[in-house]
Amino acid sequence: MKIIVPVKRVVDYNVKIRIKADQSGVELTNVKMSLNPFDEIAVEEAVRMKEKGLAKEVVVVTIGPAVAQDVLRTSMAIGADRGILITTPLPTDLGGLEPLSVAKLLKSIVLKEQPNLVIMGKQSIDDDSNQTGQMLAALLNWPQATFASKIDVNDSKTTATITREIDGGLDVVACALPAIVTTDLRLNTPRYASLPNIMKAKQKPLETIDSGSLGVDTSPRLKMVGLTDPPKRAGGIKVASVDELIAKLKTDAKVI
Amino acid sequence: MPVYKAPLETMRFVLNDVLNVSQLSQLPGYEQATPDLMESILAEGSKFCEEVLFPLNQSGDQEGCHFDNGQVTTPKGFKEAYASYTQGGWTSLSADPVYGGMGMPHLWNLVFMEMICSSNMSFGMYPGLSEGAYRAILHHGSEDLKKTYLPKMITGEWAGTMCLTEPHCGTDLGLIRTKAIPNGQGQYEITGTKIFISAGDHDLTDNIIHLVLAKLPDAPEGAKGISLFIVPKFLVDTHAANHVTCGSIEHKMGIKASATCVMNFDTSIGWLVGEPNKGLKAMFTMMNAARLGVGMQGLGLAEVAWQNGFSYARDRLQMRALDGTKYPDKPADPILVHPDVRKMLLTSKAFCEGARALSYWVGLHLDIAEKHPDSIKRQEADDLVALLTPIIKAYQTDMGFEIANLAIQIHGGHGYIREYGVEQYARDARIAMIYEGTNGIQALDLVGRKMSQNYGRLLRRFFHPVLEFMTQYQEDETLGKLVVPLSKAFTKLQQATIQIGLKSLKDPNEAGAASTDFLRLFALVAVGFMWIKMAKVAQDKLIAGDTDKTEFYQSKIKTARFFIERMLPEAESRYRMIMAGAEPLMSMTESEFIA
Repeated sequence: MKIIVPVKRVVDYNVKIRIKADQSGVELTNVKMSLNPFDEIAVEEAVRMKEKGLAKEVVVVTIGPAVAQDVLRTSMAIGADRGILITTPLPTDLGGLEPLSVAKLLKSIVLKEQPNLVIMGKQSIDDDSNQTGQMLAALLNWPQATFASKIDVNDSKTTATITREIDGGLDVVACALPAIVTTDLRLNTPRYASLPNIMKAKQKPLETIDSGSLGVDTSPRLKMVGLTDPPKRAGGIKVASVDELIAKLKTDAKVI
Repeated sequence: MPVYKAPLETMRFVLNDVLNVSQLSQLPGYEQATPDLMESILAEGSKFCEEVLFPLNQSGDQEGCHFDNGQVTTPKGFKEAYASYTQGGWTSLSADPVYGGMGMPHLWNLVFMEMICSSNMSFGMYPGLSEGAYRAILHHGSEDLKKTYLPKMITGEWAGTMCLTEPHCGTDLGLIRTKAIPNGQGQYEITGTKIFISAGDHDLTDNIIHLVLAKLPDAPEGAKGISLFIVPKFLVDTHAANHVTCGSIEHKMGIKASATCVMNFDTSIGWLVGEPNKGLKAMFTMMNAARLGVGMQGLGLAEVAWQNGFSYARDRLQMRALDGTKYPDKPADPILVHPDVRKMLLTSKAFCEGARALSYWVGLHLDIAEKHPDSIKRQEADDLVALLTPIIKAYQTDMGFEIANLAIQIHGGHGYIREYGVEQYARDARIAMIYEGTNGIQALDLVGRKMSQNYGRLLRRFFHPVLEFMTQYQEDETLGKLVVPLSKAFTKLQQATIQIGLKSLKDPNEAGAASTDFLRLFALVAVGFMWIKMAKVAQDKLIAGDTDKTEFYQSKIKTARFFIERMLPEAESRYRMIMAGAEPLMSMTESEFIA
């Protein structure tokens, strides 16, 4: 079985982001970037399937500038076998390459690589779109199982049973393979890459493809009007009585 | 809750921009040691330190090690963290590939060591001691011993120790009483008691390989009669217990999660390492490396202490700035506005970054000394390492304690209680001034041994590049202002060197009396030199228009200025104390002390 894991280079989750003065996006200059946490979980899951003997090969794919290859190396240090970098001059966060374009680019890789399974993060923590996996499934006309907290592939590798995290609890679905699965936080805890694997990752094959050569229209369909910080929280007030509270909720806050 | 984030940005600046570590991959055997691999290793290593080791630091201190029925148990979480550490391959980073190591530069290991010491110094003791033992066997053991012990020490399955100190002798090892009697089968029976043995016993590994100093029956008196032995806790072939027992563990001021053991050897089987009666020399191989490691403990603790001091100073609202309110919307200004708080913080920052540059510079020379194809370059690098090792050990541990102390001061009463975690840094830092040769001994090593070695050849390895650099930049419009005070301090250092040399020919006490002040004077010049080098790089980057990081480079230039103007002047007072000579110390009679 071959697994493809699309991964994305995003602002590190520890960074307190700042919005650019002209409201055109998030300040990325000199900001620590790393592998999107949901994607890291996806890589870990694929590598575990390989270690269990379920999968033969794990291929990681990213789209971005040349430096984005560092997230491919990180993924290969976890245990992925090879990487594909699709280069693009467009930014990959808000106002740049949109989920639909990403899905189309990924589709062309999937058609070429013919994997049995695509595991990807449910969303990237920069723009939180939560769309690419679903769109990719639709474009390929493959089954999809989103927000996975458990993935079981049957022995003949023809179907998978996926436990999904939904608002009301857990939802268990079965689907035929090939399929798209997107990961939620509780699927696994990614390992710390070991030194020997970090070193091996440097030797693993990494193919670079120019996005222009894939014949995909990546022109934007959305327009970003502006990006602002959420309004600062105003200070609270103390009320003297329950009646006053109710009155304020009715007249000031207008919530009841 | 205390905070720690590995200072990767300044680490990278020192490694890539100041020291140009990409040169390492030009050395034979280090072809793989490229900057991008270093980057991945630092990133993963810092993640491990911040997420696994740091959270165990306060709990490990509060719980301490346990001793029950001769068994030592480390605090909760240590065993799992150690397992994860060895699985990650961190014990093998710069170990010899012949025995299963990754063979990466010692410098990288030193950088990683700094992060470990910042996040959990007690934890770092266990792999740290193993590494010392590994090194002694690697350099002095027979091929047979190396094959038997090194592979599992490199994977971390086995740990190691250094058993030197006995109840009646620490600094003066010539007095040891532990005996080694040949058993007629090529081995020795070792009997004696060793104390203060870090990592002497614990529950982290299946076996512990002790390196023990002992005396053969016919050994000469004193330091020339000491031999070094490998004594495993369990015999490797039969797995039988080797009569090595832990008698008790010490209750200490700090590093409470590191087990400090009394070790009893009772006709334990030992194997000779190196030649008979040459044990001290072999021991020094691991001592020198260990002294650099202890210097990194000082730096590591200073770094985490100042990070916490800074974060507190930014948050703590108290009083208004002396020159008028800075934050009118808040009930008071953060204490960061106050000059004296800034002085404490800048002293910390200037020390940490300056000492980091100095340590890494020495680390780079460790690798050049080992791998450079030209034997002259190897010798030069080795000389520089030998000269600066006692300086790094003593200065950085003195300052490690000092900076931890400043962090407490910045926190006020909150620094003195446990909650914020900074008082632990001071307690942990205190030992580093004592072990691996007290800082007084380091100063004697510098003035007594390193200064005069090969007619001052070691000194020239440092004096020449400093002189060359200063000559080149003293006219520079911006750097010149920093170079002039440094060159004054440098002149004092040279004068003190000559004076101590001359005076101590007549009276050896002159060298002893000057030693600690001389070491500090030397350290101030060395760190000043590193600061000006950093300011130079920062200035070049700004001129080249690296505007993305303008603030970063300006911070370097301002910190360099702080060091030169507010810390380097100490060189002057140290010089005057040195020049006052031994007389004021030695003229006091014993009875006058209590008069």
